[in-house]
Amino acid sequence: MTVRELAGQLGLEPVCEAEPDREVTGGYVGDLLSWVMGRAQAGDAWITIMSNNNVIAVATLTDAALVILAENVSPDPGVAELAERKGINLYRSPEAAFPLCAKVAALL
Amino acid sequence: MAALHFHFDIDGEDFSSAGEASVEMKKKLRQLGFPSDVIRRCSIAMYEGEINMVIHANGGSADVDVYPDKVVMVLEDHGPGIPNVELAMQEGYSTSTEQIRNMGFGAGMGLPNMKRYTQSLEIETKVGVGTKLTMVVSV
Repeated sequence: MTVRELAGQLGLEPVCEAEPDREVTGGYVGDLLSWVMGRAQAGDAWITIMSNNNVIAVATLTDAALVILAENVSPDPGVAELAERKGINLYRSPEAAFPLCAKVAALL
Repeated sequence: MAALHFHFDIDGEDFSSAGEASVEMKKKLRQLGFPSDVIRRCSIAMYEGEINMVIHANGGSADVDVYPDKVVMVLEDHGPGIPNVELAMQEGYSTSTEQIRNMGFGAGMGLPNMKRYTQSLEIETKVGVGTKLTMVVSV
């Protein structure tokens, strides 16, 4: 399933659609960046409530297919522009992390 | 002799640019055609080191030597040093402030991640003088 398809199915609001045709192969949820860094896999949909610039660095380094900001979290100022520059797919959702995880798992 | 050498200055003032050196190194390793697992391990180790330098040492420098069979990363700072390395190596141990934790850091996984994802991690540190980490990832 592509990022675009997943975003459509989940009704995600796009913040930055840099590479919407990327394949999503798994999922990861977490907010402690070191933990995510060491555990998330390339191609994952990463669900988090962290909204700062460092999310983009971690998404870049882990090769996450997309980042979903849960719970209506808004990206900090400058984060959308950084995602654009780094080619990171960034979305947001009003839903909590748990239902988002369940839905991503059911779709993949 | 190293096949290639890369030098990065890590800005300690600006948290928002933390990770820049790791991202840049990753790009270079990818261009050089290294296996994705090697790139991943180097990226994780370098990122943790970079973040530590920003959190604790007001920045520093990173020197990466790329050989056909290994990547050697040397991270050096003139920060406060690590008073108890054994303690700092324990997962979950952190001296980060509440503010740093609120940003998603300070999980106490920095040094343990560096050890886990590299073949060797050498720590030279002196309180009040600084810290030098030498990490090797084999290809």
